[in-house]
Amino acid sequence: MTVRILIDPVACDAYGYCAELLPEAISLDEWGYPMVDGKALPADLLEIAKRAARDCPRRAITLRERKGGH
Amino acid sequence: MSPNASETMPVTGRYRLLGHPTDLEGHLTALGPAPLPSGRQRGWREWFVSVLEASGLAGRGGAGFPAAIKLAVAHAAGPGGTVVVNGMEGEPASDKDKLLLIRAPHLVLDGAQLLAAASGARSVTVAVPQGREHVAAAVLAAMAERARTVHAPVPEEMVRPPDRFIAGEESALAAWFETGRSLPSFRPDKGTALRIGRKGALVQNAETLAHVAMIARTGPDLFRAHGLVEDPGTSLVTISGSVEHPGVVEVDRGTPIIDVANRATPLGPPQALLVGGYGGAWVGPDQFATPYASLSLRAVGATAGVGIVIVLGRDVCGLMETARIVHYLAGQSAGQCGPCVYGLPAIADDVTRLARGHADHGLLARLERRLAQVEGRGACRHPDGAVNVARSALRVFADDVHQHAAGTVCQHWNRGTQLRFPTVLRAAAS
Repeated sequence: MTVRILIDPVACDAYGYCAELLPEAISLDEWGYPMVDGKALPADLLEIAKRAARDCPRRAITLRERKGGH
Repeated sequence: MSPNASETMPVTGRYRLLGHPTDLEGHLTALGPAPLPSGRQRGWREWFVSVLEASGLAGRGGAGFPAAIKLAVAHAAGPGGTVVVNGMEGEPASDKDKLLLIRAPHLVLDGAQLLAAASGARSVTVAVPQGREHVAAAVLAAMAERARTVHAPVPEEMVRPPDRFIAGEESALAAWFETGRSLPSFRPDKGTALRIGRKGALVQNAETLAHVAMIARTGPDLFRAHGLVEDPGTSLVTISGSVEHPGVVEVDRGTPIIDVANRATPLGPPQALLVGGYGGAWVGPDQFATPYASLSLRAVGATAGVGIVIVLGRDVCGLMETARIVHYLAGQSAGQCGPCVYGLPAIADDVTRLARGHADHGLLARLERRLAQVEGRGACRHPDGAVNVARSALRVFADDVHQHAAGTVCQHWNRGTQLRFPTVLRAAAS
């Protein structure tokens, strides 16, 4: 099981908390909007990713589980 | 073979969408009625689906999604929905759907009725933008001719969303029905059916529906006799720019793009072709032999999805034209996603500075970074189109890019545009 971070660009308002919590997987563009690297999330970051999704003021983050490796 | 083959008239000869009579009587005389099911005819749906599948028809509205798969998704969503005829045609350089709705409205409506029968939809809704009164009048006249006849088993109606570039994007169109605002939605799973409220919505481009209506009559083979094995059939293409005879032509998929352009008689040897509309790509002379087909065009960064070829003459600046396009696209953002709202104006500004010879030292690197940052980060593909056309300009007009970046603008930078832009400003329209 792998997990990918999905950001709803309509909901996102560039609060930027996610990038602060998860700099390993999320960076901000020059306007402050989060960019996800698109890779599967390392297992040890899963708990922080869940927190980032929970703490997003715009509820713009979902974690998508996928069976298999991609 | 249609299950009610005895009722349908075989269409023989060359497959074509255009050139048939416009009124209902002439339409029926030339093509025969659409092979709709009679009552709850057994086996009809299986027959229709197999014909559509065998044809290999891909959507002609932009994304090139297989029509049979889209039908299957809508059918799985359950009965009672609506088939939406997408006549929004928001690309300023496209006329094909307007032309089709004016010249062959019954063919388009037949296609919608066939998909309604096959998906279980209980209505057909034609979307024609506000302001396009000649198109609306033609559709209404056709609907009046068909109303309460066997040719319109489910009711047909017309709606008039505002005329915006983005309004024809299918999730934006579905949103307009629900909220009155043409806003695309974020759909990570494109395989889920579109909905308007609780009802399913099967949205298809007008040209796609005309093909559905022809293919149902002719069977898949005549359609497949045109085009390529992997990309069959014909396509309507609007040609404009530096040409003697701008207009809509019907071409076989796979025709070299320079042959498509030549149908409109270019005024001189083209400097480049813009293929796929304002979110498409410039293609330079070294690739003018590229087949007009999805895979081949994708390989050169363009798209066959939107049937547009614009001929750029040698007497204008491709970078300046690109700046105009990206500015236009920036203004047409639905304003929902940060990367589109902030990224497109920033990219437009960079391209303009470059075109005018006002590039600062870091401009090219900054532009490349912005293109990479914006791509793929909108809810819809609108920002990707702007990125695509800008990237293609950097590639195709590479010599100009280096000269302009060094501060030496070309002699054509202040020429008027060869492109078409709507005269109604966005502020006035909204």
